[in-house]
Amino acid sequence: MISMTVARFWRMIPNRYNLIGTQCTNCGQYYFPPRKICPTCRRDGKIEEYKFKGKGEVVTYTVIHTPAKGYDQQTPYNIAIIKLDEGTSLTGQVICDPKEMQIGMKVRSVFRRLGEESERGMIYYGTKFVPE
Amino acid sequence: MIKMRDVAIIGVGCTKFGELWDRSFRDVFVEAGVSSLEDAGIQGEDIDGIYVGNMSGGRFVEQEHIGSLIADYAGLASTLHVPATRVEAACASGGLALRQAIFAIASGYNDIVVAAGAEKMTDVGPDIATDALAAAADREWEGIVGATFPGLYAMIARLHMHAYGTTPEQLASVSVKNHHNGTMNPIAQFRNEITIDTVLNSSMVADPLHMFDCSPISDGASAVVLTTADAAKKYTDTPVYIKATALACDTISLHDRPDITTLGATVEAGKRAYQIAGLTRENIDLVEVHDCFTIAEICAIEDLGFFEKGEGGRATYDGETAINAKIPVNPSGGLKTCGHPVGATGIKQAVEITEQLRGTAGKRQVDGAEIGMTHNVGGTGGTAVVHIFSRNR
Repeated sequence: MISMTVARFWRMIPNRYNLIGTQCTNCGQYYFPPRKICPTCRRDGKIEEYKFKGKGEVVTYTVIHTPAKGYDQQTPYNIAIIKLDEGTSLTGQVICDPKEMQIGMKVRSVFRRLGEESERGMIYYGTKFVPE
Repeated sequence: MIKMRDVAIIGVGCTKFGELWDRSFRDVFVEAGVSSLEDAGIQGEDIDGIYVGNMSGGRFVEQEHIGSLIADYAGLASTLHVPATRVEAACASGGLALRQAIFAIASGYNDIVVAAGAEKMTDVGPDIATDALAAAADREWEGIVGATFPGLYAMIARLHMHAYGTTPEQLASVSVKNHHNGTMNPIAQFRNEITIDTVLNSSMVADPLHMFDCSPISDGASAVVLTTADAAKKYTDTPVYIKATALACDTISLHDRPDITTLGATVEAGKRAYQIAGLTRENIDLVEVHDCFTIAEICAIEDLGFFEKGEGGRATYDGETAINAKIPVNPSGGLKTCGHPVGATGIKQAVEITEQLRGTAGKRQVDGAEIGMTHNVGGTGGTAVVHIFSRNR
């Protein structure tokens, strides 16, 4: 886990905890992570908050053996690009045996601890995925 | 449209790349800068400006304000007050510095400009260096969930293998070829031959990428001196002319791309460069591409049009990208064997092409090289910078 200040993490908590992104109601496109400008409609777009259903499929994946900072305890772990049913994609961890990972596998979101800064430091929570 | 001036390279300089424990950030850029001036036969007083590519002085040596530092320690600040500008586009910072320097000359604003790149990555431990590099991707939505930089390229590789049948052996063959070329390059960090088994038996970093699929953490600096094409012959008998500079941006996050195996920024920068130069891929005699990972070279040679999508792995395995084969790719040894001091890489690519077009590349010389290309990528493809060079005006 990288060190983020409290405010930097805290301000995205609704998005990280509850998969709240945005939708441009002008063209219908969904965005997660949230965008305030629709790349298709730009200033003609109408952006509204949208809570994703949390279901999707694995577009591609890797099993990380040399971990990111703060992920040492979880190694090896699976990271995937997941295309949500609404059509937008995000990067997330998939909790399962690395041997189970497959392109096209169906997954759903779960609320989990992402990591902590140190034994007595801030604990980060967020969204991970499990096989459907 | 205002008539732009044609631009040429009249001098190049490059330090050895590698783990340069005995030398500081200042030492490396001064060495590269001075050798480029010596090569061009000019003095400090002749320089109208400096552009320096540097990704992360703040993380790697805890130093920002790199423009001033470079001008100062090059001896160009206290009396001459030469203007020096740092530019940053992660791993494409060097290519971007070259582009800014070209603009300065082409516009008529400056007559002689140094484009440089420098990075000192081994003054911090590998953990901090790796984390600093992760900032080339989207920190808030890729980095925080545990995606490492190699992990992102591993996901490109996984999908490329799934979609086109690319094999781990084909990925490895990129590294084998680049190690072979690196044995002939005196600045290279690694100058040893390896085999496909060396790659496949090295430790797994992010499946399917092994350690030998990845470029290393390195120190180094490089510089080129530019002037107008009209004036170039005053300084050298063998100027190398800039035929095109092109930059394209794409989404910073890999997950936002419509096709994970295609770097849209590379495709677009390539198209723009061919159009500006009035050339096609058949005219290109050699190319230095951004092989931060083996899969990156495969994507690059496809996205620049040298091979059909999905053919890059097979072509490399079959030897079509070796020196003096169908299209020589990374005759320098690439990022994999030269090393990848991130800010310096884009300029080092231009140094290599200049030496090749001058015919002074020694054992790794591409026979009859007339037109060369460089391709420098920031992050997983959020930025791509492509340049085309020619020995003929």
